[in-house]
This record gives sequence, structure tokens and C-alpha cells, in this order.
Amino acid sequence: MSTPQHLIRNFSIVAHIDHGKSTLADRLIQLTGTVAERDMKAQLLDAMDIERERGITIKANTVRIDYPAKDGNTYVLNLIDTPGHVDFAYEVSRSMRAVEGSLLVVDASQGVEAQTLANVYTAIEADHEIVPVLNKVDLPAAEPERVAEQIEDVIGIDASNACLISAKTGIGIPDVLEAIVTRLPAPPEKDANAPLKAMLIDSWYDPYLGVVVLIRVMEGTIRKGDNIRMMRTGGKYGVDKLGVFRPQMQDVAELGPGEIGFFTGSIKQVRDTRVGDTITTEKKGAETPLPGFKPSIPVVFCGLFPVDANDFEDMRDAIEKLALNDASFTYEMETSAALGFGFRCGFLGLLHLEVIRDRLEREYDIDLITTAPSVIYHLYMKDGERRDLHNPADMPDLTYVDHVEEPRIKATIMVPDEYLGDVLKLCQDRRGIQLDLTYVGGRAMAVYDLPLNEVVFDFYDRLKSVTKGYASFDYQLEGYREDNLVKMQILVNDEPVDALSMMVHRDRAEMRGRAMCEKLKDLIPRHMFKIPIQAAIGGKVIARETLSAMRKDVTAKCYGGDATRKKKLLEKQKAGKKKMRQFGKVEIPQEAFISALKMDN
Amino acid sequence: MTQPENWQTGGFGLYVHWPFCEAKCPYCDFNSHVVASVDQRPWAEALAAEIRRYAEAVPGRVLTSIFFGGGTPSLMAPETVATVIGAARGSWTFANDIEITLEANPRSVEAARFEGYARAGVNRVSLGVQSLREDDLRKLGRLHDVKEAQAAFGIAREVFDRVSFDLIYARQGQNLRDWEEELGEALEMAVDHLSLYQLTVEPGTAFWDRAQKGRLKGLPTEDLGADMYELTQELCAGAGMPAYEVSNHAPAGSESRHNLVYWRYGDWIGVGPGAHGRFSVHNTRYETIAHRMPGVWLPAAQAGNGDLSRDVVPMEDQAIEYLIMGLRLSEGVDLERLHNMSRSVAPDAVIEELTRMGLLRISSHQLKATLEGRMVLNSVIEKLVP
Ligand SMILES: Nc1nc2c(ncn2[C@@H]2O[C@H](COP(=O)(O)OP(=O)(O)OP(=O)(O)O)[C@@H](O)[C@H]2O)c(=O)[nH]1
Ligand SMILES: C[S@@+](CC[C@H](N)C(=O)[O-])C[C@H]1O[C@@H](n2cnc3c(N)ncnc32)[C@H](O)[C@@H]1O
Ligand code: SF4
Ligand SMILES: [Mg+2]
Repeated sequence: MSTPQHLIRNFSIVAHIDHGKSTLADRLIQLTGTVAERDMKAQLLDAMDIERERGITIKANTVRIDYPAKDGNTYVLNLIDTPGHVDFAYEVSRSMRAVEGSLLVVDASQGVEAQTLANVYTAIEADHEIVPVLNKVDLPAAEPERVAEQIEDVIGIDASNACLISAKTGIGIPDVLEAIVTRLPAPPEKDANAPLKAMLIDSWYDPYLGVVVLIRVMEGTIRKGDNIRMMRTGGKYGVDKLGVFRPQMQDVAELGPGEIGFFTGSIKQVRDTRVGDTITTEKKGAETPLPGFKPSIPVVFCGLFPVDANDFEDMRDAIEKLALNDASFTYEMETSAALGFGFRCGFLGLLHLEVIRDRLEREYDIDLITTAPSVIYHLYMKDGERRDLHNPADMPDLTYVDHVEEPRIKATIMVPDEYLGDVLKLCQDRRGIQLDLTYVGGRAMAVYDLPLNEVVFDFYDRLKSVTKGYASFDYQLEGYREDNLVKMQILVNDEPVDALSMMVHRDRAEMRGRAMCEKLKDLIPRHMFKIPIQAAIGGKVIARETLSAMRKDVTAKCYGGDATRKKKLLEKQKAGKKKMRQFGKVEIPQEAFISALKMDN
Repeated sequence: MTQPENWQTGGFGLYVHWPFCEAKCPYCDFNSHVVASVDQRPWAEALAAEIRRYAEAVPGRVLTSIFFGGGTPSLMAPETVATVIGAARGSWTFANDIEITLEANPRSVEAARFEGYARAGVNRVSLGVQSLREDDLRKLGRLHDVKEAQAAFGIAREVFDRVSFDLIYARQGQNLRDWEEELGEALEMAVDHLSLYQLTVEPGTAFWDRAQKGRLKGLPTEDLGADMYELTQELCAGAGMPAYEVSNHAPAGSESRHNLVYWRYGDWIGVGPGAHGRFSVHNTRYETIAHRMPGVWLPAAQAGNGDLSRDVVPMEDQAIEYLIMGLRLSEGVDLERLHNMSRSVAPDAVIEELTRMGLLRISSHQLKATLEGRMVLNSVIEKLVP
């Protein structure tokens, strides 16, 4: 039997990064006894290795919990824990479409941050009821009253009955549970016998089950054994397994209106599922699909190539599986003279890029070379044609190009007053134009128009480091504008390395070129000969460094027992070399391609 | 008896490993263990039994050298040394000019045993002096001071025909001038042989752990290390002690004959914990490795076989090993012998390229590393090995 709709509450937990969403999810899971005490661990839902290592949420996660409320009813709560990092904003907005309310978590020692604002706007757009939750009240620096005021002033929502909690110690968690059932709405009443309409929220590849599809039933009922149809892609499948996450999979016989769960079928092709699609039954199905999602737009592009060309087929397979798991990541095949077959991939930001690359390397055991990340430039050709440039290596000869436009963003940065000077300088250095500077609740809020290409590489890292982590940052794409942009090439031992080519503003070219050459000098190991490293624009060298030849590499002692050891060492060295890519006579380690782009000051 | 693989050029040596030390030095990754006391009788007998076992496998040879290494062989009782030498004498014919070396720590307690070692047959010692600077000896965790080492060296010179000593340089905080001075003093002392090793931070040592935590400060950069090495070559050659191997210096004729067996890729038997051997029987070359832990090796040797493994060395591996060992020597490797082992190792095109770069040269069929080549030998070998 599916759950009566008035006893269901669906909500997402949203917040600025690190304000305690996943820890709050832990407490809700724990207090309702959903997971046995002995199986509990911190940030239980952050199951991926990278999530645990970095201590952040990357994938939204769904859990169903049962809560016996004070009114005597037992409610079914479906919570979605969402990621906080700006790169994953799309994941948050998608999750919000599947639920009716949000817990807005705000760290009471930090206050409202850039993502807090961004999340509230998305929640309002999704018509959500919002319950503010002030977290970390156990910290001496917590100022719940001040932060509540700030929420009312800056965001304009009533915070008078915000829950005061510590997700860490458990203070106030029972109030949160009561607030969920009393203040968040039940899903709108829908007919369980109507034709099925379920929204495809997410899907991913599971090594044991194949493709798993996360759905929210809007109308009608889905049952195990049903034959279903995806209304947009047209794919037809049998429902082999139907269930809910608690958080491990638990089978159910059916899911009715308002319920969230998953199914698996014989879905082979990773391309056959599309988030935002509507699922209905094959017979007596619905006629019109639900409105779909706005697709995410990748903003950062780079080439990914297997270090070992033999891994290409494995890589294709892995990329397809990952793309299924992550709707906001795009890819298409690419070939490069130096790097062979690979893929040009699109990402939501640099963290997103790093995460995907990490997952490919770890989960699928493939060593990768990442080419310089780039944004999409608009080229206006002299013959009137307009082209999109995804890859700086494809930049045509300047004589054919009339002008180049680059994407600009509107960035919102919130920062304590004492760091404002550094932040303004950073924005200035990155060719930013100030649009606004105001104060909200004792913090400065700077709004800047910035070129996206100055932001994607390391802006966020720099911002965090100049403000000791106190600044927060959010952005959205604004449009394209013409500027004096040129292609800068990097030559290693007199050979151009396409993977390091980049578009730069002419005024910043010398500076970036010098920084790149200096970085590469440190990143490339010495060889048996000296290696010139140059940056050039249209054949004219603008910066140059020389990596001197290796002078010493010899084992001091080698006696009888060392013959074996040295031979093994030699094999290991050779294996290590496989992690590098050969450009002419020079071997460049794979990490160099991204590290070289990061600017230290 | 003709051999297609000419191991005889290298001679035939016996290596004996004594795995105990008074204290573990923080840079040391040798198979050495600190124990309260060692009952030497069973050890002497086990080592002797191992030698006799090998004599059955490799009979009828002329032994050109014996080397007692460690660990600290100067903790062996002279009787133990005598028993081992006796077992060797009973197993193989001794060459008239057999060289019998013992590695000794330069402390007074050990110098007191020198006479006994000489009576047992030892005719050469190699002293672990390591440094002629008090502070540095302490940093290296050594138990002796400079005076004590010099005294031990004096006694050794009186007792033995041939005396060598070891220094470790490129130490923490050492600059080029410091080393020039210290090496000058060493060359004043040295008589017939000197081993000069640049400090290597080896995995599994206390220095390594410190380095990982960023607490091993002041180690020389690659360039300073290279400058020190070049200076060492110059000063030693000027003093009549040119390098005959990467880290070993001697006037012609005073080289360590035993170590030449390894570098010329001859045959040697290894006995004692962790000892390695290489020897040829009926055109087949074997690699033997003894159990590493003393507590495992002793009962195994007593039960009749202390070895962990004995494997055939394939021809291509022999070529690689010969190259690794032989290019360390200033005399280089015999190209014909190398290419008889394998044609794919050291292909002509690569030799040519490295020669053009000034790293290798060929003279009268010997392939040699130049000074520049010897300084980057690991990379040179990596290029030569397919
Ligand atoms: N003192 C204190 N620390 C807390 C509390 N809640 C969470 N934390 C800590 O804050 C850090 C971030 O917590 P998470 O739950 O991972 O935050 P998150 O919002 O899920 O982070 P992202 O998913 O990366 O956006 C962790 O170190 C938690 O232990 C709290 O109530 N008090
Ligand atoms: C078998 S070891 C030690 C012999 C003896 N136990 C001693 O310590 O004097 C031979 C020599 O290798 C050198 N050596 C040992 N470890 C070293 C290291 N990590 N780096 C450089 N030389 C080292 C020392 O000079 C040492 O004397
Ligand atoms: S350096 Fe010599 S004395 Fe020191 S632990 Fe190693 S073998 Fe023993
Ligand atoms: Mg989280």
C-alpha cells in the first residue's frame, strides 16, 4: 500500500557550503531510528570516496524516514541532502523540483552567505515553503539572534520561529522534526488511480544493478512488474525492482502520489534516461508529460585524454557511465595530434571538473591528461560567420577573425569588512567591473561583472586564501562581450604543446605567460638535456624560462644485494614514466596541465 | 671447461652477512638488527654449514675474495670469523693472493679485536668512519667520536696490510667549502682505498620519516650535490686516488677486489641473513636470496638451508644487471659480452644518442660512462634498457 498523501512530507536541506546540511541529515536519520546506532557515522550520506576525503557533498542524496509525530500520526519524510558548493547549484535546483519544502540551514556563527541567498531564490522559484534552521548554536561564536535578524533583513523571510539547533550535539533536532510535519505542506492531493506521471529526478549507474532511476510520483501509482515508458526519450522498460532508500535500498510493491523512490529495469543504454523526463505506464499512460527541467549549462571545458592510448575504449565506457550519474557533465569525442583520442568535456566549474577527473581515475582506474580548461568564446569571422570556440587549440589565424567575445558573469561576494580591500584588488586584477557595493548585516556585499575565463581556474581558491576562508561567492552567467583576446601558445623544447594553449586578454598575456613558464619549470622534472619553455602569441615569444639539464641521478651505493633491488627500481621508474606524456623528447607529468594554470598571486 | 657467459672475468667471491649492530643509525637501511646479546657458536656453525652447502652446488672453484659485511661484523668474535674462513678454506681452493675484508666500526672495543681477526686470516678492513666532524657524527647517530675513529684507523694500519674507510657526505647543512676541507683531511689520512658516499635518504629509515614530515632540513640541492661530487672527483684524482667506481677511490691495483666481483658481474656466494648470491652452474646463472630476519634464517640454516629463494636469471636480466653494475666502473662494460647476453639491451642507436650527448663513450670495445654520464647514471641506464 502506498502512503496516504497527507502523511507525507518531502523536503530538501539547503545551505551555504559547510553550514551543516549533511550533519543535520545524520541527526534526523539517527533520531528516527532509520539506521541502527552501530551503523551510524558522520555525514553518512556522503558515501563517495571523494566526498569523504574532501568533507563535502557532491551528489544530492535521498532518504526516507518514518517519524511518529506528537499528533499521534506516523509520517513518511523524504529528505534530500544537497551539495553546497557553487559548482553544484544545478543539483540543488533539480532536487528542489521534486519536493514541496526546504530546510534552510544557516550557520549561526557565520550568518547569511552568498549561497544562502542563491538557495533561497531557487527555493522561492520552486514555490517552496521554507523553514529557517540556525545551526551550530553550540559554538561560542554563535549569534542566533543577530543571524535571525540578518535573515529577515537580507532575505526577507520570517525568522521569528527559526529552529535553533546544533546538528553536532543534537540540540533542537526534535523541534526540526515537528516543524517539518507542522510547517511544511503535504504534497498536493492527487489521484492514485490516475494515469502514472512520475518525474525522473536523477539516475546513476550501479555496478550490481545497472541503471538506477530516482523518481517522484506526481499522479497515479507505479508498481513492481509494470511496463513503463519514458515520455521524452520513448524508452520502454519493465520495472524489475522498486524501492526506497533508508538509506540502503528497501523493496516496496508500489509507490503512490507524493512518494519518492527508485526503480531498476533492463535499462542498458546510459543515454536512455534523461533527468526531468516523465515516466508513465506503457498502457493507459498519461497523455502530456510534466514540464521538464531547464538543462544545466556547462561553462568550463577541457580535453580529457587517457595517458595510455590503449585505455581509450575503457575511458569511453567510464565516461558514459559517469555522464549518467551526473546530468550536468557533457562530452564529445576529440582527437589531438599529440594526445590521440580523447574527449572534450563540459563542466559546471573547476571543482566539478576535478571531481569528474578524480572519479574516472579512481572508480575506473584510468590515468588521464587534462588539457587547459577553457570557456566558450564567440568568434566573429571576417566573412560574417559566427563560430563557437571550445578549444583554444582550434583558434583560427587572426587574419580571418574580426573580433572575439567572451562570456561574462555577475559575481556576488560577501566578505567581512577587513578583507574587502583584498577582494576588490583580486576582482580588479581579474578584469572585473564593480556593479555594486553594499553592506548587509555587518558584511560587505560586492557585486562584480567579471570575465568567466578569469574565474574558472582558481578564482575561488584565491578568494578563500586572501580572506582566510571568510568570503563567500556565487555567480551567474550574464552574456558575452567583446574584448582584446588572443591565443597564447606554450612551447616546450621548441614544440608547441596544444594541451597548454589558452585564450588570454592581451594586456594580461605577458604576466600569465611568465607565470605559466615559471610554474612549468617547477612541474617538469629535469631531463638529461636543458629545455627551453616559452610562451608565444602568434609566433612571437613573450616569456621564456630554461629548465636546466639534470645534473645528478645516481645511486651512491650498489653492492651484491643491490643488483636485484636496482632492477626492480628500474621497472618502477619505467612504470612511473608511463604516467607522463611525451611531447617530442620531453616527458610532462599529467598534473602539470592543470597546476600550471593556477596563479599564486 | 668453456662458458658462453664469461663470469670468470669477474672472479669468484664469498659474502658473509653479520646482521647485528650496537645501535641502529638513522640513515641505515641495511639488514641490521639491534639485540641484547648474540650466542655466537650457533651462528658460526650455521654460517659454516651454509658455506659447505654451497660448495656442493658450486664445487671446485678458486676463491679470490671473502667479505664480512653487515650490520657490524666487527662485533663477531675472532673465533667466529676463524670458523667461517676455515669452512671456506675446506670448501674451495684459496687464490694465493686472496683478499679477506671485514667491515669494522671504528671504536676502541672493536680495535681490540683486530689482532684476533688478522690471526683468523683477515687481511683488509674497511672502517665506517663516516665523518671527521664531531657534530655530524652525532647527527648521523654514530657511537664513536673523531679521535676514537682516528685511533682505530691507526691500529688497523699497524695490524692489516690494507685499510680503507668510508665517509658519508652531502650531509645536512654541509656546504662545498666544508666538504673540501674535510675531504682534504681524509686524503691526508687515506692510504690505499676510500669510499665516499653521498647521503641517501632511504625509505624505512628514521631519516626518511623525518624528511616526510619536513624535519630533515639543510640537505643539499641537486646542484650542490653535483658540485660536491665533481669536487670530490677532482680532489681525489689530484691525490692519486681516482674513482674506479661511482663512490670508490683507489690507486691502480688497490681496488676492493671483492666489490669488483659484483661490478664486473662475476660469481659470488652469499651466506647469512638477507645475503644475495649470483653464480653459474652449467651455463645457467642463479640468483639466491637468504631469509632476511635473523630469527628466521638461523633455524632454517640449522635445518639445512637458509635460502628464501633460488631462481634462474634469464639472459636479458643478466644483461640488465651487468649494465647496472658495470657502468658504475670507470673501466665500463665489455660490449661484446653484454650483447652476447642480450641484443635488446643497450641498442646501438641509443648508445649513439647518449654518446652524442657526451654521457657515454666507447674505447677498445668497452662501453663507459663519462663523468657527466656517471653523475646521471640511473637515467642513462633507464634509456639503455628497453
Ligand atoms: N560545532 C558544530 N559543528 C558542526 C555542526 N554541524 C556541522 N558541523 C561541522 O561543520 C562541518 C561541515 O558539516 P557538513 O554537515 O559536512 O556540512 P554541509 O553543509 O553538508 O557541507 P557541504 O555538503 O559540503 O555543502 C563539519 O566539520 C561538521 O562536523 C554543529 O552543530 N556544531
Ligand atoms: C654496510 S654499510 C655499514 C658498515 C658498518 N656497519 C658501519 O656502519 O660502519 C657500509 C657503508 O655504507 C655507507 N652508508 C650506509 N647507509 C648510507 C646512506 N643512507 N647513505 C649513504 N651512505 C650510506 C656508510 O658509509 C657505511 O659505512
Ligand atoms: S650504518 Fe652500520 S652500524 Fe649503523 S645500523 Fe647500519 S649497519 Fe649498523
Ligand atoms: Mg553535505
